[in-house]
Order: sequence, then C-alpha cells, then structure tokens
Amino acid sequence: MRWWWWIPLALFALFLGVAAYQLTQPKDEFIPSTMIGEPLPEFDLRPAAADRPGLSDAYFRDGTPKLLNIWASWCVPCIAEAPQLERLRQSGAEIVGVAIRDRPQDVAGFLARYGNPYSRIGADDLSEVQLGIGSSGVPETFVIDGQGRIIYQHIGDVRAEHVPLLLEKLREAQD
Amino acid sequence: MATRCWAEAPAFAGARAYLAAFLLAFALCLPAAAQQSLPPAPYAYRQLEDPRQEAAAQALMETLRCLKCQSQSIADSDAPMAGDMRHQVRTRIAAGEEPEAIRAWLVQRYGDYVSYAPAVSETTWPLFAVPALLVLAVLLALWRRLRLRRRA
Repeated sequence: MRWWWWIPLALFALFLGVAAYQLTQPKDEFIPSTMIGEPLPEFDLRPAAADRPGLSDAYFRDGTPKLLNIWASWCVPCIAEAPQLERLRQSGAEIVGVAIRDRPQDVAGFLARYGNPYSRIGADDLSEVQLGIGSSGVPETFVIDGQGRIIYQHIGDVRAEHVPLLLEKLREAQD
Repeated sequence: MATRCWAEAPAFAGARAYLAAFLLAFALCLPAAAQQSLPPAPYAYRQLEDPRQEAAAQALMETLRCLKCQSQSIADSDAPMAGDMRHQVRTRIAAGEEPEAIRAWLVQRYGDYVSYAPAVSETTWPLFAVPALLVLAVLLALWRRLRLRRRA
C-alpha cells in the first residue's frame, strides 16, 4: 500500500478531531451590535413609568453623552445591575432607560423596589428600538454621544468593575 | 343538620379564600418568571392577508436566525423577541419592502450572524472554493486514468 492512500483517512481523523474539540469549547452567546459608530434609528416611545417622560431619538442630540440602558422588570440580571446604575448616576452619568415588553405596573413595582436611576424611560413594546440598535438581549447598556451616535455597547449586567470603563467612554464621547 | 352545614360553609369558604390567595400569589409572581407579561406583537403569530406576501415573509423568516435561541430560525421560535422580529418582517413586507432589503437591514445591525442564507465573503469563500477544487481534481484524475486505460 502506498503511503498517500492514508491521506483521506488522516483528513477524516483531523476533521473528527476538530469537531470533537469544538464540541468541548464553551459557546460564546454574545452577538455584538454592528451599529457602533452609527446614528440611533428614529423612534418615539411612550413613557413606561408615570413619573418619567418617554423617549425619542431627538432627545439624544443635545450635546451631552448619555447611557442608554436596555432593561425590563422581568429581567433578573437587571436587579443585579440596579446598584451599579445608581453609582453611575451619582458619578454624573445621565441614564435613560428603554423598557422592553413591559407593563406600567410592573415597571413601577421594579423601580419602587430597586431604585430609579433613569431620567427618562421609554416603553419598547415591540422591541423596535432594541432591534434598531442591534441589541440582542436584556440588559445591555449603550454609550450614545451628544449627536445621537452609538459609541459603545456593554452586553450583560453592569458590574462594579464596568463602572469606570463606562464613565471613561462617556468622557471620550464628550471630547 | 343546618348548623353543621353552616359550620362547614365558613370552613369551605376559608379553603376557597386560601386557594384564591394561592392562585393570586402565582399570578403575581408569574410576570417575574415569564417574559410574557405583554401579549405578543400583532403580527408575531398572525399571517398577512395576502397569501403571496405571507409566503414571502415565511420564506424570509425561515432564513433569519433567532437571537435569543441561536439554533432556531425566527419562524421556529416562540421566544418573544423572535415574535417581535416576525412582526417587523411581516409589517415591512406588507409595506412593500423587498425581503432581501429586510435581511440587509438586520445584517446591518447584527452582522452575518442573523442570516442563515449562505453568502460568499472574505471569510467564507473557502467553503465554496474547496468543493469546486475537489470536484475538479477528481475529474482530472478520472480523465487521466481513463486515458491510460484506453492506451493500454
């Protein structure tokens, strides 16, 4: 038997090896938005809470960078990030919320329990804004510059170690 | 007899109140557990009136990936976000948008990841080139062998 008769078998074994290795690797579930650097889409959301106004894309074009927090009262990690959002607010960040598929009474209950760091909260009942900015889950936090452009996306709950980075991104967006 | 009935009635009422409280507790904690506190988007489960438009929407939805449940298409998934994506697709088709324009709109937001339709790009061209090269190599080998046999 000639040696190169083994090549197909070796290729097959290599393929099996790669497949087996990939099966043991944890899958990255995050899908980053490809809208970084792009302007926010047009939207106009009704208020999600009684004591805060709703939200439109025009609000972002006032020269001040803001954090856009995608959240929901039914989202458990959102409870975990609530104290960090409060810290961001106390550090001078303006946080606006977009509540995904949420009822006013649920939003009010969540804010009463875990605090309200938001200056405005829009209700995104059809996930239109979420789809429009390339967000694929809750919670996510976007840095939006003073011209309404998307600068940065943080996927998942904001933890204590992410607070300085988000503040830094806000400062960069200001310049 | 009557007194026993009366005596039992409050007990029964108590059980009913307990059951009601139990069910209420469930109803109250459901929104926290389930995402379905809002009804699905209007066109998440409703087909378009025009069968041709619905067929176009269905064909597109079968090739768009659900972002919450990444091994399913949005046509297959019951995740609320997939419902909202179906609503987007159906309302845009109904407004006269081309299916490929809707796909492009989503790819602009989520990258190639959101589309199941294979596209030739900088990273995927070997997937198309390698089978073509293999077929070419096999044809070449076959041709040489047949030629040798004819000569023999």
